[in-house]
Amino acid sequence: MTTQAEVTTVPATRTRRRGRVGRTSPWVYIGLTLVSLVSLYPLYFVFVIATRSMDALNSPTPTWLPGGEFFNNFSKALERDNVHFWKGMINSIIVSSVVTVSVVLTSTLAGFAFAKLKFRGRNVLMLVILLTMMVPTQLGLIPLWGMMQQWGLVYDIWAVILPFLTSAFGVFLMRQYTLSTVPDELIEAARVDGCTTFRMWYSVVLPSVAPGAAVLALLTFMEQWNNYLWPRAVLSPENPTLQVTLGYISYTYYTDYSMVFAALLVAILPLILAVLFFGKQIIGGIMEGAVKA
Amino acid sequence: MALTTAPPQAPQTQQPEQPEPIRRRRVLLSRLDLKVSPYLYILPFFVVFAIFGAYPMFRTLYMSFFDWDLANARFDPPVFIGLDNYKRMLSDPYYWNAMRNTFGVFLLATIPQLALALLIAALLNRPFLKAKTFFRIAILMPNATSVTAVGIIFLTMFKDTGVINWALGLIGIGPIDWHGDGGFWSYWVAVATMVDWRWTGYNALILLAGMLAIPRDLYESAVIDGANAWRQFWSVTFPMLRPTFLFVSIVAIIGGLQLFTEPVIYTYGYTVRGGDQREVQTLTMYMYENSMVSFNNAGYGAAISWSLFLLIIVASIGNFLLIRRTAR
Repeated sequence: MTTQAEVTTVPATRTRRRGRVGRTSPWVYIGLTLVSLVSLYPLYFVFVIATRSMDALNSPTPTWLPGGEFFNNFSKALERDNVHFWKGMINSIIVSSVVTVSVVLTSTLAGFAFAKLKFRGRNVLMLVILLTMMVPTQLGLIPLWGMMQQWGLVYDIWAVILPFLTSAFGVFLMRQYTLSTVPDELIEAARVDGCTTFRMWYSVVLPSVAPGAAVLALLTFMEQWNNYLWPRAVLSPENPTLQVTLGYISYTYYTDYSMVFAALLVAILPLILAVLFFGKQIIGGIMEGAVKA
Repeated sequence: MALTTAPPQAPQTQQPEQPEPIRRRRVLLSRLDLKVSPYLYILPFFVVFAIFGAYPMFRTLYMSFFDWDLANARFDPPVFIGLDNYKRMLSDPYYWNAMRNTFGVFLLATIPQLALALLIAALLNRPFLKAKTFFRIAILMPNATSVTAVGIIFLTMFKDTGVINWALGLIGIGPIDWHGDGGFWSYWVAVATMVDWRWTGYNALILLAGMLAIPRDLYESAVIDGANAWRQFWSVTFPMLRPTFLFVSIVAIIGGLQLFTEPVIYTYGYTVRGGDQREVQTLTMYMYENSMVSFNNAGYGAAISWSLFLLIIVASIGNFLLIRRTAR
């Protein structure tokens, strides 16, 4: 499809190079619109199923329009004694927020040290941090569970907070961001003025890297909000995160889809809204991190 | 910025009035600050990684040489059994089944995913494209949807009377039993679809970032040399994109070979067996089954963990060599 589209533009570029400017083949738009539809339809599907009664899913042809049953469906999820939806929501908010604050603080601080301070072993240590990104999460799962059991933290949300308090990706991203946004002269000036390094970080670096830190915050929050493997291993449906709740109701009430989807809609809404409102910044952050890596 | 640098100037004007010993102490302190505090600032990362990353990693290796009961270690102390867990792996049909599923789903998901991501990135890379932000946000949306939610959504869409069978019916393909008994292909395709739905757009954005970083004049000279768009892609874009493509594919390998949530939820999530006949049980699921469901097999689970880690390393190196060769 695209090869065709690209080939058709070639004569234009060859004969009149300025003719290419401002003109994009309709195939490009058709392709991208298709991709967008495929990306967005499943989310619309959630919305439709969550707002209709059960018959919507059992009919042989798909239902395209939403209905008015959402509150009915959602209250069913809340009424079940074994589904701790709000508890999961609150736990998810606590876990994601605590981890995000910690990751942003430790990453900006370490990123500043790696970017602007000179110390022995700086490059080697940075390399070590990059290598730790290669260690997969599943590798430490079993002993981690044992450790949490020893500390009495199995079924406790601290078990899903502690291991994620710092992030190698975060340190790397903030190092790159500090390198590109904080000029050396500014650091030098602060030093001449007798600033301590901590003061430099607090009043010179932090204000400059704030946009990058905000992106890191959003990405960290998203990642924590969506974690499943470790929370499932160490938490219980009685004191869950939202994802553990979702997993639990999907296998406990898999016949009552309208209820499951109503809960699902509420669970995914915060991040969908975040992407809608901050999409441009998030995409900028993802793309920036990619090029510099 | 001007505001933030202003306060520190005040003490400087007072400095000459300070007596000599105090000044010397300040110089010493600031030298100490410059020497020591960088280490303090990077310390939190290393402390957390040492406790929750490095130690468990080696502890897993250690456990893999034992017959280990995780839940009941006090009354059932671990017994050293050497390489027995690894030997057991070699002759365990469930292990090889999990291996086959892991690679099957991985290949089925990753190859179309990277090809599509490359294509979408190329489409988004058109200069003067309108509604750029809309398209970018649209393809990022799936990635913001949690994996459990994606699992439930696709589980529903792949039902017998679901949207996907309806759409296939439109082009004359009869209803497929996506949770079919015995047919692992249907499971693999369904799970691979979920993975691709969630990750293709994200990878396209990263590849797009790589494309945007390619200097424009390379294309201009290619056009002058008479290269068409296809030729431009293979002689300019792809070679220049090599580092980004390497990054994307290695992340896909690390994530894809550890696949867990999608197949678990797709098979209703109550067990981690991946279907009645273990049609889509991956290595991570099998590790989980051995150590987090039946805790007394934790040593064996640990051995599976390490075998998977070694596989990831081998696959990453292989991928690195492959990409280096093709892009030459």
